[in-house]
Amino acid sequence: MTTLPESTDKKLGLVIDLDTCVGCHACVISCKGWNTENYGAPLSDQDPYGADPVGTFLNRVHSFEVQPEDKPAQLIHFPKSCLHCDDAPCVTVCPTGASYKRAEDGIVLVNEDSCIGCGLCAWACPYGAREMDGAEKVMKKCTLCVDRIYNENLPEEDRVPSCVRTCPAGARHFGDLGDPNSAVSVLVEERGGMDLMPEQGTKPVNKYLPPRLKDDISFEAPEPLTPVVAEAKGFVGWLDKMLDKV
Amino acid sequence: MHPAPSVIVFTTLSGLGFGLLFWLGLGLPVVTGWAAFFYFALAFGCAVGGLLASTFHLGHPERAWRAFTQWRSSWLSREGICAVASLLVFGLYAIGLVFLGQQWVVLGLLGSVLAIGTVFTTAMIYTQLKTVPRWNTPVTPVLFLSLSLGGGALLAGQAVAALLLLLVAGAAQVVWWMQGDKALSESGTTLATATGLGSIGKVRSFEPPHTGTNYLLKEFVHVVGRKHAQKLRLIAAVSGYALPILVLFFLPLGWFLLALTVVLHTVGVAASRWLFFAEAEHVVGLYYGKR
Repeated sequence: MTTLPESTDKKLGLVIDLDTCVGCHACVISCKGWNTENYGAPLSDQDPYGADPVGTFLNRVHSFEVQPEDKPAQLIHFPKSCLHCDDAPCVTVCPTGASYKRAEDGIVLVNEDSCIGCGLCAWACPYGAREMDGAEKVMKKCTLCVDRIYNENLPEEDRVPSCVRTCPAGARHFGDLGDPNSAVSVLVEERGGMDLMPEQGTKPVNKYLPPRLKDDISFEAPEPLTPVVAEAKGFVGWLDKMLDKV
Repeated sequence: MHPAPSVIVFTTLSGLGFGLLFWLGLGLPVVTGWAAFFYFALAFGCAVGGLLASTFHLGHPERAWRAFTQWRSSWLSREGICAVASLLVFGLYAIGLVFLGQQWVVLGLLGSVLAIGTVFTTAMIYTQLKTVPRWNTPVTPVLFLSLSLGGGALLAGQAVAALLLLLVAGAAQVVWWMQGDKALSESGTTLATATGLGSIGKVRSFEPPHTGTNYLLKEFVHVVGRKHAQKLRLIAAVSGYALPILVLFFLPLGWFLLALTVVLHTVGVAASRWLFFAEAEHVVGLYYGKR
């Protein structure tokens, strides 16, 4: 049923540190690599080597420029994927029951065998987290690597979403945001983690850590070189006089 | 939003078809035999044609039956149920009128309620979306319902009802356009709230995630269709509302004039529906510095 669970036992999700992300897109590639050959239909590309390539991605990195009033502009790299919202509008609009939110861990998933590819869930998502696959014609979205995080065939350090495992900057964290004592919850508390588009009322589980305050850089131009001594003596004084004459 | 032809044809035609069924169900006019056959053929043609067109935009139409299961939460599911129930009830009602010369009044009334329900649930699919502020208003169902019932009244030859309903629809359309043009800015969703970075300074999209396009941009950021927006609004206003209203008010309705008015009205509604999608801004466009 596409009604949402009253509450979920856990709230598994990501915490993304906008201060640390370097915009390398490794998470994008790693996500595509893992998810194209595991859970569900592959993430297809159309015309991949041609003039107008287009493809399905579950995670994309934007870059934004932020211009404070009286300080230099900042460039902020901004990875964006499904936020696994508590009040996920993509789930309730689904006419077939293909979209659902799991009561046990809060992950929002699509049962691809029931998806009719109407696209309404993507219309309902304010974050652009869902993309219709161009080949399979079913809706694809971040699964929080549900096939990794519980996978006992993998070494324990690999039982996190592929994007988290890959991030070379340590900008992505995975955990239970429903548990106030979990590492991710503590991180969100310490760093003032925020929701995206809170006014849309989706109650996202994923949180974003805002960039830390930057040091104040004095932007006054350096002074031009001034003479060290007014009246030079010795060799330097002689050179000075000679150069004046030339 | 991408103005998919299938969805424009669907909402325009099925609106007219279910509108006509509504009036036939009320017995306005009461027709039997061949006359009933032609009326119902026209109504079913529009309604079923529209529904079929709408399945063209599905990725997996063969699984469409699953869409009847989620009526508890999904307006799209409710629409599917209303549409099929309405067509079944009117199928029986039409058999009575066409072959037996019997008007089963209760069945007709039930069908009319379901026909209104179909148009209302269609409108609610769009109205419910907070992500498209232009649609997210009670004026949307008012517009859809008045257009459908007004167009249906035209087809059913109910001149007075058509005149009144088209006046309501025209007013709703103007309000909807005026309100819609400022809906995104009034929704409170901006790039600042979308990124949470507004407290630092002015946020600008510096570089998109990829050099090419993607599903999101194709589906939600359709700027091409807005080029002729003002001209199309004029066409919709004149052809869809003003001319039919003038004809209904000033001229005696003959068959030819009625048919011409229906065609004019349909062209106008189709133009309005094109704009309904093409002008609609989805908030996801903000992330790409677009609307």
